[in-house]
Amino acid sequence: MKLTGKVHKFGADIDTDAIIPARYLNTFDPDELAKHCMEDADPLFPEKVQAGDIIVADKNFGCGSSREHAPIAIKGAGVSCVIAKSFARIFYRNSINIGLPILECDEAADAALNGDELIVELETGMITNKRTGEEYQAAPFPEFMQAIIHKGGLINYVKAKKS
Amino acid sequence: MGMTISQKILAVHAGLDHVEAGELVNCQLDVILGNDVTSPVAISEFDRLGYEKVHDQEKIVLVPDHFTPNKDIKSAEQAKILRDFAKKQGLTNYFEIGQMGIEHCLLPEQGLVAPGDLIIGADSHTCTYGALGAFATGVGSTDMAAAMATGEAWFKVPEAIKFVYYGKMPEWVGGKDLILHTIGDIGVDGARYMSMEFTGEAIDSLSIDNRFTMANMAIEAGGKNGIFTPDEIILNYVKNRVKRPYKVYKSDLDAKYLEIREYDVSKLEPVIAFPHLPENTRFVSEATDVEIDQIVIGSCTNGRTEDLKIAASILKGKKVHPEVRVIIFPGTQQIYLEALRNGYIETFVEAGAVVSTPTCGPCLGGHMGILAKGEKALATTNRNFVGRMGHPESEVYLSSPAVAAASAVKGRITPPWEV
Repeated sequence: MKLTGKVHKFGADIDTDAIIPARYLNTFDPDELAKHCMEDADPLFPEKVQAGDIIVADKNFGCGSSREHAPIAIKGAGVSCVIAKSFARIFYRNSINIGLPILECDEAADAALNGDELIVELETGMITNKRTGEEYQAAPFPEFMQAIIHKGGLINYVKAKKS
Repeated sequence: MGMTISQKILAVHAGLDHVEAGELVNCQLDVILGNDVTSPVAISEFDRLGYEKVHDQEKIVLVPDHFTPNKDIKSAEQAKILRDFAKKQGLTNYFEIGQMGIEHCLLPEQGLVAPGDLIIGADSHTCTYGALGAFATGVGSTDMAAAMATGEAWFKVPEAIKFVYYGKMPEWVGGKDLILHTIGDIGVDGARYMSMEFTGEAIDSLSIDNRFTMANMAIEAGGKNGIFTPDEIILNYVKNRVKRPYKVYKSDLDAKYLEIREYDVSKLEPVIAFPHLPENTRFVSEATDVEIDQIVIGSCTNGRTEDLKIAASILKGKKVHPEVRVIIFPGTQQIYLEALRNGYIETFVEAGAVVSTPTCGPCLGGHMGILAKGEKALATTNRNFVGRMGHPESEVYLSSPAVAAASAVKGRITPPWEV
């Protein structure tokens, strides 16, 4: 699958409280959560973000709490993909499980600027920056995780295994 | 090549003789935990899976502790989802208000977690149970849903870092200071994806409550789990609590560690983590110019009897500073009762602090002590991220209960020896 979207750039150690503050965790409705997505990192993000946009961040994106509401809020906001230098492990796992595409790539994360347009080939992990024309290769997923991704998340994967 | 204690627990639960770091394994679980924030999502996903019944009614533990006693209508609806699910599925380990506590204080106390167990919880501080020599790690709601249905989860076998603490512990230095100092040293992603193994002569004599505090904060260094080797202290703690068989594992002498880090604890002071990351640490004597609006003593990190005891010993016969609000949260009903019987609660109330029912409440900015814009809190909790305890422009400083109690008296960050 090929994704094209505009970059919203964030720094290092963006925690899940910044992605979706706990004051909104009394619901798990994606549309409700999306209204407050990234609010404590950038209060204007929920207004600015458009369907297909891409979050680009430095290291350790999604550190902190295990709340699945974090990737749900990002997906609910219409973000097509998150690219970071590295992800905290629970966020990484949650994103794969709910079918939010995430990619680890140092070079793409360094080079992308706010507002750049990126093209992302999910199957190959190839990222192209339309402004510069430069291409970057993201780290590939292990085979087992690719199987979960192909099924659209863990629930469908377990269902398929059951039947 | 030998295995670490964490690798051994994963191997046994995967039905394998040996595993290597990096290997993906499918494991049978001993305990699956969820709370009132994460379980509603998990229950909704469980329903989508098409399973009628959970895999094992005794292995699932549901604890409504985050926004309970229900803080608003939406929270009440979420708590009700847990209650209804527990009833429908006949779960033996659902803890209603009156029996509940903060999950990571409650499960060990109730004997639900044991050495050698493999435990997942839809809460990042599930790593707390590593204090008993279990492999325990946080996951999200979808993992919890799949585990409730199948009794299994997949894991990537982690590499390990060994932390060796040696020397004599100075007065007023405890588990919170050791773990904050360690996070300050390696950073909030210093142990990302890894096991943190806590060892050394200073650990050998460290109490179980102090060990819970250390294992609890492994996640704040990005760790997959934090773990202690079962010894007499751990076995004494579980002896009259755990009612099922369990097995003790130890790391092999030739187990491979990515790194071994050593700390001379005799050189330490109580540690403070400054906003907005747990890695921003300073010794308390370098932090005394910070004035505080609110003190929180409690949480899954420091809400146990020993934590309350040390806070009470400092507050005994003293008054809370008039410009400071002090809120104290015993971790469970049992801890509350012990604090009552030991006179700690009387001490707190006489000093001018308030004592709450067990809840995660203010730690995550849920309820029971939210900060206004510009306010500063000193808390014995585990996270000081932007907006963690309320307004995005408020600040949270992290410390031990001893420093929190001393600071409550002075109204600014204060070393315990000054009170």
